[in-house]
Amino acid sequence: MKRAIALIVLLVFFLALPLFIDSRFWLGFWTTTLFFALLGQSWNILGGYGGQVSFGHAVFFGTGAYVSAVLQVRYGLDAWTSGALALAAGALVGAFIGALSFRYGLRGSYFALVTLAFAEVFRVLVNAWDFTGSGFGMLVPMKPGVANLQFADRSWFYYAILALVALAYAITWRVERSRFGAYLVAVRENEDAARALGINAFRIKLAAITLSGAMAAAAGVFYIQYYLFIDSHVGYGPAMSVNALLAPLIGGAGTVLGPLIGAVALGALAELSSALLGKEPGVNLLAFGVLLLVILRFLPNGLMGLWPRGSS
Amino acid sequence: MLHIINFAHGSILMLALYAGFFLFTLGGVDPYLAVLVLAPAFFAGGYLLQRYVIAPIGFGKDTNVLLVTLGLSIIIDNLALYLWTSNTRTIDVKYAQVFVDVGVTAVALPRLVALAAAVLIGVLFWLLMTRTDAGKAIRAVSKERQGARIVGINVEHIFAVSFGLGCAVVAIAACLLLPTFYVTPQVGNAFVLIAFTTVVLGGMGSFIGALLGGLFLGVVEAYSGLLLGESLGQIGIFVIFILVLLFRPTGLFGARAA
Repeated sequence: MKRAIALIVLLVFFLALPLFIDSRFWLGFWTTTLFFALLGQSWNILGGYGGQVSFGHAVFFGTGAYVSAVLQVRYGLDAWTSGALALAAGALVGAFIGALSFRYGLRGSYFALVTLAFAEVFRVLVNAWDFTGSGFGMLVPMKPGVANLQFADRSWFYYAILALVALAYAITWRVERSRFGAYLVAVRENEDAARALGINAFRIKLAAITLSGAMAAAAGVFYIQYYLFIDSHVGYGPAMSVNALLAPLIGGAGTVLGPLIGAVALGALAELSSALLGKEPGVNLLAFGVLLLVILRFLPNGLMGLWPRGSS
Repeated sequence: MLHIINFAHGSILMLALYAGFFLFTLGGVDPYLAVLVLAPAFFAGGYLLQRYVIAPIGFGKDTNVLLVTLGLSIIIDNLALYLWTSNTRTIDVKYAQVFVDVGVTAVALPRLVALAAAVLIGVLFWLLMTRTDAGKAIRAVSKERQGARIVGINVEHIFAVSFGLGCAVVAIAACLLLPTFYVTPQVGNAFVLIAFTTVVLGGMGSFIGALLGGLFLGVVEAYSGLLLGESLGQIGIFVIFILVLLFRPTGLFGARAA
């Protein structure tokens, strides 16, 4: 009950937020924060609940962004259909990578490295292929309108990402309370024991990576509509993979709200560090790296670990 | 050797390249002489890093270690970016332009030195691992950690020593690379996956494997670059990496499973 009230208060806060923001800067800040919260949640499903640490989550994000961009630019499809197909593509890539790596029993850091390698393969491919814009990237023409999922009023983008985040978090919440979620956590805690109890670990992990892939692709679809541009480094580069895992690890992996809290903390830290140390490149990431080490050392459950158990 | 998968390896290489660069430009120290300073310095740095940063945070879980080293590499890379900007730097040594005729083709002298040094280091390491007590201890820890502890081996110390050794070799590699290569804060990234691939391909903990794996990868890279063109060519290494991880995780030469 307490938790439901907290969630409603949180939702009302985010819904009302644009009413109190009159600067474009802060609207952009909250929009990107929610974007990272969405990307982080997709990582969290696989890495937080399932314990399958991915170092190449950009592979799903980039697929979402690229499929959506290619369908709109090369085939003239509308943004809604492209977006839906991009989600399916993200799920498919997830299922493909999952089927291969889980089928051959990759665990722990081996799984992490193979996801990274897959992301790099995709990066090289889209960078070399003219169809995907090669080194120049893909530019989606600007045509504001709801049918094109582009909004002249920037606060609409905020509401769009808020809706996606709310949906993703609702799904995660459902997963956490479902039998599937319990199996997933069991696989994370002790895969061999889970299998001994009759859980089909392969299928559970496959389902998790598929869901995770679709969710990260949703973040990619939002990205392409918001920035109207994607290239191989943004789409499939290691930076996006790192972004995907930072928020949940800092907020608290394996909790519903962890990625959101992590994304807010990271956003605040980025602003703080550029205010204190200047806007030189690298300052933000430097602060993120230090925060990651501090969290891993002292708060292995992330910022959510500060909450007393039971009330969350 | 100890299955520490170190994501910061590329960043440490980058640091060593910068150290060599500054020793040369500010102190006029030749990169090959700098080995004498940098290898011990990086051994000490690596030892301390493993003992007091990575081990306490990693809690011995391999994905945690991976995350810690990822955090370290983010810190090192961006600190370098902050301090030294993203400008590409090179050094100019006379012998970089000296070419040696090896029969079929002419090879730049520094590359020949690098090849000889790589073989030499491989042999030295093999001797260290098989002929000395320290090597025995490292092998014991990698096989059976608890057992090693029971017979009186200081496991934490051995972990830190082998991590330090890894860093020292990276420093040597940096000195060998410097005459023909460039330095930027991002330079290490290109090497991380290649290094992992080499080791996985050769079989973890196998020196001959790592050497042969490196040779094989070099050939693959050259051929895929030749067949697929400059931009698509890099794909060869990643594809091999995925295939080896999936189908032969013990490597082509390693017999023991990880």
